[in-house]
Amino acid sequence: MIPITHYLILSAMLFAIGVTGVIISRNLIIMFMSIEVMLNAANLAIIAFSRSLNLMDGHVFVFLVMAVAAAEAAVGLAIIINLFRNRESINADTFSLMKR
Amino acid sequence: MEHSLYLILLFPLAGFLINGLLLGRLNKKLISLIGCGSVGLAFLWGLKTFFNLLAVPETERIFNEVLFTWIPSGIFKVDFGLMFDPLSAVMVLVVSGVGFLIHVYSVGYMHDDPGYGRYFTYLNLFVFSMLTLVLADNYLLMFVGWEGVGLCSYLLIGFWFEKQSASDAGKKAFIVNRIGDFGFLLGLFIIFWQVGSLDFAVVFKQAPLVFAAGGTLITAATLLLFVGATGKSAQIPLYVWLPDAMEGPTPVSALIHAATMVTAGVYMIARSNVLYMMAPTTLAVVAIVGCATALMAATIALTQNDIKRVLAYSTVSQLGYMFVACGVAAFAAGIFHLMTHAFFKALLFLGAGSVIHALAGQQDMRFMGGLKRPMKTTFITFLFATLAIAGIPGLSGFFSKDEILWKSFSSDYGSPVIWAIALFTALLTAFYMFRLIFLTFYGEPRMDEHAKHHLHESPKMMTVPLVILAVLSIVGGWVGIPHVLGGGNHFEKFLEPVMGKMTTGATGGHALTSAGHDTATELVFMIGSVLLILAAIYAAYYLYLKNITVVGRIRQRLSGLYKVLYNKYYIDEIYGAIIVRPLINGSLFLWKIIDVMLIDGIANGVAALIGYISSDVRGMQTGNMRTYVTVFLGGAIILMGYFILR
Repeated sequence: MIPITHYLILSAMLFAIGVTGVIISRNLIIMFMSIEVMLNAANLAIIAFSRSLNLMDGHVFVFLVMAVAAAEAAVGLAIIINLFRNRESINADTFSLMKR
Repeated sequence: MEHSLYLILLFPLAGFLINGLLLGRLNKKLISLIGCGSVGLAFLWGLKTFFNLLAVPETERIFNEVLFTWIPSGIFKVDFGLMFDPLSAVMVLVVSGVGFLIHVYSVGYMHDDPGYGRYFTYLNLFVFSMLTLVLADNYLLMFVGWEGVGLCSYLLIGFWFEKQSASDAGKKAFIVNRIGDFGFLLGLFIIFWQVGSLDFAVVFKQAPLVFAAGGTLITAATLLLFVGATGKSAQIPLYVWLPDAMEGPTPVSALIHAATMVTAGVYMIARSNVLYMMAPTTLAVVAIVGCATALMAATIALTQNDIKRVLAYSTVSQLGYMFVACGVAAFAAGIFHLMTHAFFKALLFLGAGSVIHALAGQQDMRFMGGLKRPMKTTFITFLFATLAIAGIPGLSGFFSKDEILWKSFSSDYGSPVIWAIALFTALLTAFYMFRLIFLTFYGEPRMDEHAKHHLHESPKMMTVPLVILAVLSIVGGWVGIPHVLGGGNHFEKFLEPVMGKMTTGATGGHALTSAGHDTATELVFMIGSVLLILAAIYAAYYLYLKNITVVGRIRQRLSGLYKVLYNKYYIDEIYGAIIVRPLINGSLFLWKIIDVMLIDGIANGVAALIGYISSDVRGMQTGNMRTYVTVFLGGAIILMGYFILR
């Protein structure tokens, strides 16, 4: 049986990749995908704990997170499509209206 | 609901709603029909109810009718209840009867006015409010009518609002009335606080048990109610609005500012006679204020040149008379004078309106004269009204005025001083009224040629009401012929269920006339005052018709006094200096210093401070999402580190 640390290290790595992706990428789609990676990293950690502790709670949480992620993906993609329609760009740096 | 009292209110209300909601969509004929008809129907229904009232025995002469509960709030319960007793009956008949005649007159007078529909709308609303006032069976509903007539008064004084002076006069009337109303409300609070109800029936029954006779509370309550009365009925110190109210159309002056609304204060005091009888101090104040007002207004009227202003001051003076009557506990006499005054003063105003109409708006008596011939009907009716107000025997004014004079002397609350002043005022009244007659109708015409050609008698629509009112001015007093002249004084007897026996017992009436010498005294007084009044009329004749130059000489000799009188004792200026100016200056201070500088300064200062701080801090908001994420991540790491390393 694979010890829990392995799962956690994988999860941490995935999370780090996700964070790095959000920070360094300018492309909104990439940023969005990175966020999904981060979410799934969290999911992985949760499920690993759930399995090793023999509790069902984690599974429930993960389902919840997946449902939220799906909804968020729908909304997020809709926003991105609208942004693109209006600005012909999905470069995050062009959307800095709050700075004058 | 057997008497359907609400119908008396419903007709004018319906007239108001129809004319008001369809403003400008009806033709003039229909407007006049609705306007006059509604008041006429109210009068007829009032008359029918009056006969019903006469049909029942004296002790049961009160019809009550509760339409619905208006304010149910714990122990504070007020009904929309109507009451028809002898006092209400007199008031309803006067208001709707004189009101109807004035409505008819207005059809002729206001015929060419662009605001014709609006005029009748307001007038019907006024009649509705006034009838509510007199029919209410509790103080609060009375107050509703009280405020309603105040509102209509404001609207109608400022009817020609495009004229600055008219809209100013309207505001003045409203504000001065508000001051009085404040006192009225405070009085009601005291009554409710002590008695726990505002129903007339309950208050008058409980008052002797709750209040100590002559105590502070009852004195305060009645005095505060009286403050309200001084506002509405134009007594010192709040009379200043009435002369200015002459800016309104003349029929309005006749209806509201002579015959009905201004008598509301007298009505209220007569209605509350139970309370006032318990507060002798207040009675004395009422009598003194009434007396002072009567004298002061009469002296001002001596010198005025505007025909309507003379009549306005005369109204103030006559109202003073009514208050004298109330102050000496002769409430019935006050109401009697109220009724006869409504007839002859409405007639005087309508006659003046007829004159003004004929002279195309000229109100200055110096440019009148010689109108006797071209305006026969107006002249004759006007003359009768003048004779009535002067107190010539046989006409209505004589009986009511003489009643007041006699009671101010003989009543337990009266005094020779009050009587003497009242008598002197009566002489002045006769003098200035005949001055008016001689200046307007006699002598050489002083108007310009153009106006002279246009002189004409007013149309039938206007003269018929004049004639009817003239008849009323003559016979109106015959219901109250005193015992000494062989009459039955039916009027006073009719009001007895409301005023109580006490008034008649203590003042003249049965108790005193039984003693022989008092009858003789009363007769001597009567004859004496009539002789003096005739002398005053002759003086007016001598000064203003026969020997005009004397007036100028007197005016020069007494120029100081004349100036004071002509400028109305400078009361308006004094009020302006000690009340209005400081108020305006105080408001200016509050506006410019407190509001603009202090309050706005604080609000704007805080905003400016925040703005100043933010202008530095906002550099952190780059608008770049990746920066935010980095900072967010840094924060998360720091937090996490804190919890791990703790």
